[in-house]
Amino acid sequence: MRYDNMTKFFVLIIAIIGAFAFFIKPLSNSIKQGLDLQGGTHVVLQAIETPDAKVDDDALNRSVKIIERRVNELGLTEPVIQRQGKDRIIVELPGVKDPEKAIAMLGRTAMLEFKDMSGKTVMTGKDLKDAKAQAAQSGQAVVTLDFSDEGGKKFATLTSQNIGKQIAILLDGEVLTSPVVQEAITGGHAQISGSRNMEEAEHLAILLRSGSLPVKIEVMENRTVGPTLGQDSKDKSIKAFGIGIAGIFIFMILFYRVSGLIADIILLLYVLLVLAAMKGLNATLTLPGIAGIILSVGMAVDANVLIFERFKEEVKTGKTLRSAMDAGFSRAFVTILDSNVTTLMAAVVLFYLGVGPIKGFAVTLAIGVLISMFTAVTVTRFTMRSLLGSNITTNPAWFGAKAPDKEVAK
Amino acid sequence: MYFSIVKNAKIFFSITIIFLLIGIGSMFTRGFNLGIDFTGGTIMDLEFTNPASINQVREVLKEHDLGNSVIQLGTSDATASESKSVLIRTGVISDDERRVVMEDMKSKVGDYSVLRVEQVGATVGNELVQQAVIAIVLSWVLMIIYITIRFEFKFAIAAIIALIIDVLVTLSWFSLAKMEMDSSFVAALLTVVGYSVNGTIVVFDRIRENLKRHRRSESLGDMVDNSIWQTMARSLYTVATSLVAVIAIFLFGGETIHNFSFAMMVGFGSGAYTSTLLAGPMWSFFKEHSEPQGKIQSKTKVV
Repeated sequence: MRYDNMTKFFVLIIAIIGAFAFFIKPLSNSIKQGLDLQGGTHVVLQAIETPDAKVDDDALNRSVKIIERRVNELGLTEPVIQRQGKDRIIVELPGVKDPEKAIAMLGRTAMLEFKDMSGKTVMTGKDLKDAKAQAAQSGQAVVTLDFSDEGGKKFATLTSQNIGKQIAILLDGEVLTSPVVQEAITGGHAQISGSRNMEEAEHLAILLRSGSLPVKIEVMENRTVGPTLGQDSKDKSIKAFGIGIAGIFIFMILFYRVSGLIADIILLLYVLLVLAAMKGLNATLTLPGIAGIILSVGMAVDANVLIFERFKEEVKTGKTLRSAMDAGFSRAFVTILDSNVTTLMAAVVLFYLGVGPIKGFAVTLAIGVLISMFTAVTVTRFTMRSLLGSNITTNPAWFGAKAPDKEVAK
Repeated sequence: MYFSIVKNAKIFFSITIIFLLIGIGSMFTRGFNLGIDFTGGTIMDLEFTNPASINQVREVLKEHDLGNSVIQLGTSDATASESKSVLIRTGVISDDERRVVMEDMKSKVGDYSVLRVEQVGATVGNELVQQAVIAIVLSWVLMIIYITIRFEFKFAIAAIIALIIDVLVTLSWFSLAKMEMDSSFVAALLTVVGYSVNGTIVVFDRIRENLKRHRRSESLGDMVDNSIWQTMARSLYTVATSLVAVIAIFLFGGETIHNFSFAMMVGFGSGAYTSTLLAGPMWSFFKEHSEPQGKIQSKTKVV
């Protein structure tokens, strides 16, 4: 027995198991979760060309800015607003409480108009400086408008010319309120009443503050996952993960005995490293992404299978366990490299062409392949060397291998 | 002596061709069960506070001219006429229309919480098909280039034919089983492509290695047979572990990734089949029909 090697071996094994037990939960909880796991809404908005408003680069960029302002007012953590192609905008609203209202708000043109009795538009939303939702003295929810200097003057003129008459305030052509003017208003403020509740007033204020969209925007795609389904998916994928991994572990031990057990323990390290890499890259964990991790464990095993099969073959030719293990690693490496590069290529193609959750799947697959090259080859080799170097056993049966019939192995 | 895979390749190819004919026949006659990702449309997966019946839900849909929508109760009891969880699938409707329908559902059928809403416009489907085709063909091209560099062109062609078979087999299963296809299907297909070529390369790698030691006394077919059998344990073990993973996802991963894992399950099975039984014989066929036996050793690039 060589105690230094044995110590190395046991320290490593215990360190991996300990790290896994200690870090797996906090680590996996700290990774950003996709909408399909935490619940939320993914919307694709499409700009539509109309006779008065052309869809061009400038119009779309301005729309993105305005939608960004609207989304930011919702107070969500880490929403995403992204331009896609020449006429689309992707919006992701994680954990949004009322997706319906939020979506309805995103696509509204929000064109504000002040009209006099003759129907002439005197002012627009551009004359506004600010808008706020407030509770009036009566307890009713109202939106108070703050005009720009010029807007204030226009409003003063409008009201002074229409005393005793009705004026109308319209949003997207719909009348919000049509009060009768009592007196000229010169202070640069006004109020819109008619909101049913505070929330509605708040939304209206957000729309007015963010300004009107330069083009017509329609919801082309909407994927909403409620929080219950998200939690359910999470629970189920954790279960699938546990069962899948357990199955793989049992197989490996049946196939390769001690080497299989060691490969299994190193797979724990592999799972930790994949999660750490995802956290480091700030990648998002999605449902297909979890499937990707389970799958990549199945595939990471492949590298070990290749190595251990080689090892068995080498043992059969009469080599000692140690030299057979070395030969197994170096011979299998070329195979592992070639076969993994092709999988990686599929993942890269997927990453560039896929969207949303599929991208998440491609990322986990690619990370998995890369890390498995490290754990399955480098770490396993070090561990196996320490074990074999400690001379605990020279019996190939421990490793699921068979020595040649003649007694050569020593 | 081992069973010769190369000599019996005709049997395996016949089985493959018969299956593919059935599969392709089904694709043309039965078609595919395309999800809303491809066709456009809306899915509303709702959890009512009190059980709702199909009739109640259908009534509300009829008022909006959506009477032909598909309504599924989320219960394992096939005879049940009502359930708390109801999944509604309609054709293409606008976001505003959907909102009105859902508000009506709330006032006429009862209060609910949204499990999932998916709404996809009609144009998205075409783009998805286009993207899928580009992705798969692009992956094939990249693999042909890589295998040609690392091995040789004939290996690449044999590998790609094996991959085309895998993709067709997976498509066949989806048509035969009427499984629904969604956007994740494309991802599953590409994973199958990556997985299958992985297996094929392991076999080819052994052929490449054995070519170095190849003697004239041994026929090319025998050498390929030996290579396949030497890697057989690996091929079986790897497909076993990967299938365990995929089956776990299929059985326990929940409804949302059911189709995704089904595609990988049949694809991985096919991948293991084509890489062990078809790819090697194909290469040996190309090899024998392109140059005289004696030259093989000197002309093959050995890496």
